[in-house]
Amino acid sequence: MITTGIDVGAKNVKVIIQEDGKILGKGLVMAGLDAQAPIQGAFDTALKDAGLARDAIEKIFATGAGRKEVADADDSYTEVGADAAGALYLYPEARTVIDVGAEEGRAIRVDERGKVVDFAINERCAAGAGAFTEAMARALEVPLEELGPLSLTSTKSVPMNAQCAVFAESEVVSLIHAKTEKRDIARAVHDAMSTRITSMARRVGVVPEVALIGGVARNPGFVDSLQRDLELAVLIPEDPEYISALGAAILAAGIGK
Amino acid sequence: MANKTKYKTAPLKTWQRAKEIRANYYRNYGTAHEKGGLRWAGGAWSFDAIPAGLGDDVYSITSEPYGATIAFQKEFSDDCLEAAEREGYARDLCAYMRNYWGSILLDKYGWVEPGEERKPFPKPDFVWQDHICCSHAKWYQVVSDLEGGLPTYCVDVSVGPYEHLSENGMEYVVGQMHDGIEWLEQTTGRKYDDEKLIEAVYNTCRSTSTWAEICALNQTIPAPLEEKTMYSLYVLGTLQKSSKDVADFYDELLAEVQERVDNQIAAVEYEQARVMTDTQPPWGFLRVFRYLENVYGCVSVGSLYTFSLIGNWIWDDEGRFVPRPTPQSQGIEIKDRDQALHVLAEWELSKPEWQHFYHPKYKSDMMIQIAKDWKLDGVVLHYNRGCEGLSLGIAENRLAILEAGFPVLIFEGNMGDEREFDEARTMARMDSFMESLDIPKLEQ
Repeated sequence: MITTGIDVGAKNVKVIIQEDGKILGKGLVMAGLDAQAPIQGAFDTALKDAGLARDAIEKIFATGAGRKEVADADDSYTEVGADAAGALYLYPEARTVIDVGAEEGRAIRVDERGKVVDFAINERCAAGAGAFTEAMARALEVPLEELGPLSLTSTKSVPMNAQCAVFAESEVVSLIHAKTEKRDIARAVHDAMSTRITSMARRVGVVPEVALIGGVARNPGFVDSLQRDLELAVLIPEDPEYISALGAAILAAGIGK
Repeated sequence: MANKTKYKTAPLKTWQRAKEIRANYYRNYGTAHEKGGLRWAGGAWSFDAIPAGLGDDVYSITSEPYGATIAFQKEFSDDCLEAAEREGYARDLCAYMRNYWGSILLDKYGWVEPGEERKPFPKPDFVWQDHICCSHAKWYQVVSDLEGGLPTYCVDVSVGPYEHLSENGMEYVVGQMHDGIEWLEQTTGRKYDDEKLIEAVYNTCRSTSTWAEICALNQTIPAPLEEKTMYSLYVLGTLQKSSKDVADFYDELLAEVQERVDNQIAAVEYEQARVMTDTQPPWGFLRVFRYLENVYGCVSVGSLYTFSLIGNWIWDDEGRFVPRPTPQSQGIEIKDRDQALHVLAEWELSKPEWQHFYHPKYKSDMMIQIAKDWKLDGVVLHYNRGCEGLSLGIAENRLAILEAGFPVLIFEGNMGDEREFDEARTMARMDSFMESLDIPKLEQ
């Protein structure tokens, strides 16, 4: 059965097309005020990648904060449900799923059947999410994709607060004025963010194996900080930002439920 | 769990009477001086049976329900909160207290008669309060300052949890009550009537026991009441638990709820899941409850807060959490002032909602028992940033409830400060929670 999962996230729309658990195509387009064009754009990209026409898709499930915008959806799942389904499909041994996306961080505990038993989501401030690293990269005048590798070169731990993205930015500016090296500030940013995510994850209980998904999983600096905080190695899929869309697609196929 | 049975529903016949009692309460307080009466202010937890001995024309305004009344009027609440902040009071203090103070600072009454302009805040003649949490202890010191100095009497009730209540502890509270009566006589120039006190104590026990009986009926499937409506009913006890009107109303309501149980009349037409909440809700966003009911057929059957802020409960010999029988139903006849004060003190100090100020374990035990006896599918906890008193320990309660096998959702908010509540995200969490409980949307 060929199905599609569409994840309308805060920053990007991600689409996965799968057949019997095999990914056929994927598409990603930046979200905007008008949700329809990015949804259609990402869907078209995925169809093209899969070499399929729209008629070939038997079922569409939507997820993400903007899931109600997907007019063609046969059904929808929350981000928590889709995250768990996608991560558990790839890693059946995972019992904790941590999703760090553009705007939200989530920690989800699942049982051996893949059922969500508890979850926690960051409150109001995006200090524990991707938007935070973007703001900090801007303040440091470092391209976002270089922030992670830069922090890995640091050997010094600098304490920093990450309860509020705005205050944290002020703190970064203060550290710059104090002539703190950029690589140390980059590590401080990731350490602070990791502390926040780890604290949230511990609320639901960190049970190995732990899968890390969401766009921020591409940031090696954050991954390093998180693994140090959790004192374990996390499982990271090849395309971490697509896992929620994958979850929706396999739920549509009846595989993940 | 999910069964999609369609139940009969019907509006409450006593609803209009409940609205009248509340309206009369605020109206009487506002117009007390026009009739030669007295006004006093104090908390909903105060021993309101005691000022009742001053006469039938003595009216109170209890601060927490008044703060909630303001919170429900979002624009006015914002004005009040900002007025308190302009005065220098911190934003993380009790939200009820800030609404209340703002109402004084703006000199605007939180109660508006239909079709009329908002009136100035009616200044109380004296304050009658007790100290159950940090905010309650300081609340009326500021009120007195803002009002230019008010005679204020506070009873310290910090005598430990009920299970460890000592004779000395009892006498400490009762002694303050005796002193308080002398203080009331001196402050108001009125002669105190012990017969009115005794009647008010009987009423207190009757109203609070009967409310618990009403809540116990919600163990029935389908639940005859849902929590949003229960807020409008329990509030009468927070306004004036010692009044005959409130006690009589609860008798009437009990009969009606029993009738609903007997006839399987539901609060929610398609009840397919049951949860409870905890602490005060975000008053400006009660539609969260309707969302759960209308989209998922999920009824909130109440909470330890709704059941026992006013209602009185006891663990029976078989370990069940049951309504506490009144002293009068046990054949106890109150004969004099001292006995009345002892009965009142002992009754109030036994209340469930007073216990968890001493340790979260008391609250966890009661919540878990409710989750079992009210047959819940899950628990929704409000991490209420507006009330330190009731929120302290809630994270520990969550862990205990999870350990007992009940799924728990938490959301952050504020009972009286709408600026601290994210409605869209809260609804998104509700969706995730319902999905994790395998509760389908009704439309499915």
